[in-house]
Amino acid sequence: MDKFTILKSRATPLDRVNVDTDQIVPKQFLKLIQKTGFGRYLFFDWRFDSEGRPRSDFVLNNPKYQGRQIMLARDNFGSGSSREHAAWAILDYGFRAVIAPSFADIFYNNCIKNGILPVRLGSEDVDYLFQNEDVEIEIDLVRQLVNARDRKMTFEIDEFRKKLLLEGLDSIGLTLQMEDRIAVFEQRNSTFAPSL
Amino acid sequence: MQASTVFEKIWKNHVVHQKENGPSLLYIDRHLVHEVTSPQAFDGLRTNSRRVRRPDLTFATMDHNVPTSDRSLPIVDQISSVQIQALAQNCKEFGITLFDMDSPDQGIVHVIGPELGLTLPGTTIVCGDSHTSTHGAFGAFALGIGTSEVEHVLATQCMWMDKPMTFAVNISGRRRNPHAVTAKDIMLFVIRSIGTAGGTGSVLEYRGDSISDLSMENRMTVCNMSIEAGARAGLVAPDDKTFDFIRGKRYAPKAEQFEKAVEYWRSLATDANARFDRSIDFDISSLAPQVSWGTNPGMVADVTGQVPQPDEYAKGNENERKAALRALEYMALEPGVQITDIRVDRVFIGSCTNSRLEDLAEASVIVKGRHVSPTVRAMVVPGSQRVKLAAEQLGLDRIFKEAGFEWRESGCSMCLGMNPDILSSGERCASTSNRNFEGRQGTGGRTHLVSPVMAAAAAVQGRFVDVREWL
Ligand code: SF4
Repeated sequence: MDKFTILKSRATPLDRVNVDTDQIVPKQFLKLIQKTGFGRYLFFDWRFDSEGRPRSDFVLNNPKYQGRQIMLARDNFGSGSSREHAAWAILDYGFRAVIAPSFADIFYNNCIKNGILPVRLGSEDVDYLFQNEDVEIEIDLVRQLVNARDRKMTFEIDEFRKKLLLEGLDSIGLTLQMEDRIAVFEQRNSTFAPSL
Repeated sequence: MQASTVFEKIWKNHVVHQKENGPSLLYIDRHLVHEVTSPQAFDGLRTNSRRVRRPDLTFATMDHNVPTSDRSLPIVDQISSVQIQALAQNCKEFGITLFDMDSPDQGIVHVIGPELGLTLPGTTIVCGDSHTSTHGAFGAFALGIGTSEVEHVLATQCMWMDKPMTFAVNISGRRRNPHAVTAKDIMLFVIRSIGTAGGTGSVLEYRGDSISDLSMENRMTVCNMSIEAGARAGLVAPDDKTFDFIRGKRYAPKAEQFEKAVEYWRSLATDANARFDRSIDFDISSLAPQVSWGTNPGMVADVTGQVPQPDEYAKGNENERKAALRALEYMALEPGVQITDIRVDRVFIGSCTNSRLEDLAEASVIVKGRHVSPTVRAMVVPGSQRVKLAAEQLGLDRIFKEAGFEWRESGCSMCLGMNPDILSSGERCASTSNRNFEGRQGTGGRTHLVSPVMAAAAAVQGRFVDVREWL
């Protein structure tokens, strides 16, 4: 997983609330058994018409936004299905961060696991960014800061997830180092949970 | 000892390690696996030469992709077939019990867990599927996870997690007609009230007489829909109904072990003076059957009501108003239209929300002696092979078939349309599933979420009807 420290880019604005993972990657593309190549399916049904032609009114098809690495979104982004394919598609398309006032829980975790930084900002800050969509944004994970022109915004992220992103760590490796504790727990477990 | 909630007790009993100011490492008792969200996880294990730590606590089935037509024929869709074979191969390689397409135990993962006694009170249960919340009906902490977490749990039997908040959803009031106003209606109403992000970061505990009154199957419907309110999980404290349901199930504790377990399970109930981070009260005594009109499960109206004006729905939130306008356009509905004037082309009775025996039995009462409208295509997809068999023993299949329904093999089917069961663009469906997102049941398809009895009545009438008039 690639490390995340500082990202400088303009944002692609997706001005809709409650964007669900069924839209981020429609189900017809969940049959693949790899993690790569999902970028071309990102927002497929919004991006292409029934003949497969790009819809000119959808942001991803606007040449102006090509190459931007930050997605700007509204409340409750990533709701619905747990499909990690949504995060894989966002990453594969070229986004490294998503800024929104709020995220659905499972989606938020799926981002972290793939080196995508989900940034929660206040609604006013997000409104500001939507109104100034061509401003370059700097996201500094170490200092938990978002700078856009002269506006400075801070965001919260817990230390553990921050470390995983900053160092590009595989959390399974970390957990496996705690094998002793897990084994001890398992022995004790049988006494308080006679059900298993 | 400090008074605590069911969830807090389960949490405390499963923390392997707690990081200071950080997440906890939580032990997982049951890991359920299906074909769509697992292949990349098994690949990850192989790449890093890791094994499955507890294959004995891991159980797999195939449900999302499987055809619901004749199982003796080969799967036409090559890519689905690859995914199904990948799961079989992975289970073999890593020593995991698999209920495959030919197994009498096959079915939607959230339907078979309880049937097999894999779902037990006080346990932690995960699955790479958001509707894992269903298992909370037994007083378990059950939640959906992504594929990276699936890999993590396979490798370590644990996962890192922040402790969610507790949220009491108190439901009181006796429904006048519990056959017509169902658990599904209760949940659609709850989500309509708190919103699709209302439960974010929380574990909902459903409480109150109206919840105790519900059967286990109905409690599963309630907990299933927790994720549609954005919650981490939903649960109901275990009680005698829970224990009776579990007794004798294949993987449940037996004899003396069972009695000991019951004693422990009883101790899990929320203490009388326990405090929740949040709580909300609902009185459902005059609740009407609910019908969704939009493209998320919070966009819901009474069957006696109308499609709302976007302003009225949005209550001053400009983003929500835009969402409502967009939803109405997608759904091809005008504000002010009576819900009972909406005509449907398709009816789907199935999904992990509403495909258990009781759901099918209730719906069959509606269709018995009646016929599906000539303009409607209707299907019943039992949640599992066991449900299917039990329904056939009761003769429900005949009732449905005589009324003009298709009677299918078990699986997720048209809940998400990964198999050939999909809506065509523009088709409108009364569905007992849980998500009405754009394209969920097929690109361009329009979904209205309803209860099984409401779906059955819509099939007969060709439009929505207030099913209280029929029962
Ligand atoms: S029935 Fe639908 S919601 Fe349930 S597990 Fe299958 S696809 Fe998911």
